[in-house]
Amino acid sequence: MRNIKYLVLGTVFGIILVKSEVISWFRIQEMFRLQAFHMYGIIGSAIVVAMVSILIIRRFQIKTISGNDITIPTKEFNWGNVYGGLIFGLGWAITGACPGPLFAQIGSGFLVITVTLLSAIAGTWVYGLLRDKLHH
Amino acid sequence: MIEFIKQPWPWYVAGPLLGLIVPVLLLAGNRAFGISSSLKHICAICIPANIAFFKHDWRKETWNLFFVAGIVVGGFTAARFLNGQHPVNINPQTAILLKQEGVRDFNGLLPKDIFSFQQLFTLRGFIFMIVGGFMVGFGTRYAGGCTSGHSIMGIASLQWPSLVATCCFMIGGFVMTWFILPYIIQL
Repeated sequence: MRNIKYLVLGTVFGIILVKSEVISWFRIQEMFRLQAFHMYGIIGSAIVVAMVSILIIRRFQIKTISGNDITIPTKEFNWGNVYGGLIFGLGWAITGACPGPLFAQIGSGFLVITVTLLSAIAGTWVYGLLRDKLHH
Repeated sequence: MIEFIKQPWPWYVAGPLLGLIVPVLLLAGNRAFGISSSLKHICAICIPANIAFFKHDWRKETWNLFFVAGIVVGGFTAARFLNGQHPVNINPQTAILLKQEGVRDFNGLLPKDIFSFQQLFTLRGFIFMIVGGFMVGFGTRYAGGCTSGHSIMGIASLQWPSLVATCCFMIGGFVMTWFILPYIIQL
């Protein structure tokens, strides 16, 4: 069961999301109204820590615990980054949750968010269906 | 220690901890941090419908499904055992504005007068939970990632398309919050 470690890591991630109130609709409102530093501090410091970690991993060519190379997939620009980004942003301000927090909200007892998650899965599916017709 | 954990965590504790998830996933198995891909894998498993986009080899990505299952477990653990459900200490200005716009319940992480099963069958609830969720799922996949995959993983690995995507997330969020959401709340 080599995947168990990811279950544990996900659990830690979920606890952080709840305890830092990142999953709160109110915190997302505060962020988009520019009335609190909380969310900007969290995302900003997370980026800095992740960035320094990646620099160290690359600089010293650190391998995984099982000895494999670490490769980070490159993201090619396409116009979906813009159109999709705008659509996600609009939705994020409504639901007050990006995909990670949706899972954490369900776990923390807001069972109705299961409906939101199913709708997000439907949205992903419709994207897959229409992909060839959309501008990228 | 346990008393400290039970308090809401400040940004300078939570942010760096979230950031550490990135190297830990890389070291654990060369996994790139990202959540919204899980939705794609769920589509591929449950409703592939012969769509080319869902014919990827999701079996190689099952770690992602274990990770999101863990997030549910973590949400439960924090709410049940670590005092995770309490009123959020938001800026009083935000609270005043939201009250003016018609939000009533400030006793939890989400306003229950908007997010509840009863509200699902109102126009407002439909927009908040179903339309909003659809846009999150459609938008993240169209954008090729969400806050985790683009804003944290992508920017931290110095990929400019992720910075573009993140700016668009924020623009979308500002437009909705400032110009559209006040009308939706009043529905």
